[in-house]
Amino acid sequence: MASGSWYTPWVGFARMADQERFAEQAMEHMSSLYTAALRMTRNPADAEDLVQETYLKAYRAFNSYQEGTNLKAWLYRILTNTFINSYRAKKRRPEQVDVDEVEDLYLYRRLGALEAAAASRSAEDELLDHFTDEHVKEAIEALPEQFRMAVLLADVEGFSYKEIADILDIPIGTVMSRLHRGRRALQKALFEFGLERGLVKNRDG
Amino acid sequence: MASQDPNCSEAIHTLYEFLDGELTTGRKAEIQQHLEACLPCFQAYDFEAELRLMIGRKCQDQAPAALQQRVSDALRRISQPGGGIPNL
Repeated sequence: MASGSWYTPWVGFARMADQERFAEQAMEHMSSLYTAALRMTRNPADAEDLVQETYLKAYRAFNSYQEGTNLKAWLYRILTNTFINSYRAKKRRPEQVDVDEVEDLYLYRRLGALEAAAASRSAEDELLDHFTDEHVKEAIEALPEQFRMAVLLADVEGFSYKEIADILDIPIGTVMSRLHRGRRALQKALFEFGLERGLVKNRDG
Repeated sequence: MASQDPNCSEAIHTLYEFLDGELTTGRKAEIQQHLEACLPCFQAYDFEAELRLMIGRKCQDQAPAALQQRVSDALRRISQPGGGIPNL
């Protein structure tokens, strides 16, 4: 205890410098982490807690972070681990994964068939514009969790296969297969949203 | 046409790796060559690229200001000398 009176301030200075450095570098990623947290928890209150917990854990572990490496990927790794360990634990039943029947180019083949007569690329692009942010977010949130994370990390955050493999702690081959299946499932979900809301018509109809 | 020019099913099979920027330079060039010669494959690639951009663009949220404040406060709290232990 005798050393406490002189030692503590130095720890304090070191920590303060760390905290400033951490805040400078890490805070700018908050919106992107919050986006991912929202898609994972599907609930703003849980998403906020998850982001806060991620930042506190990251701060405490900041000395294990190697300066110059990918800070955003490191933060995502903490976010997904925290989600898997604390939030997902609330859910007891594993999700049923049923996306194998969706073929390649699912949406394109359907919209392509639909637009064949009017046949123009701009017509397809316009069709994509009809999907609102809410449609896309809902469709992503409806994906089974493993696929949802892979699709989020690749298509929304633009991480490479290697980075996603590191974040989720899975082999690159698994990243590719989850992405592949997740994207096909997402296309199916978007098409079904489109059908429900009359944005697209079934090719038979 | 080069004999190693990929056919359509190969091109579609490689679509995501191409769009994700995960192909080697040589493989990428082969696919590009095929896309220049094959309109159906080019249109499929173009659609998938547009779709991907659309998904990324329409799936963004802004962290609430209150959350930013909350996190800053929490970080400041745990970084304080003595971590909340009263001064002697």
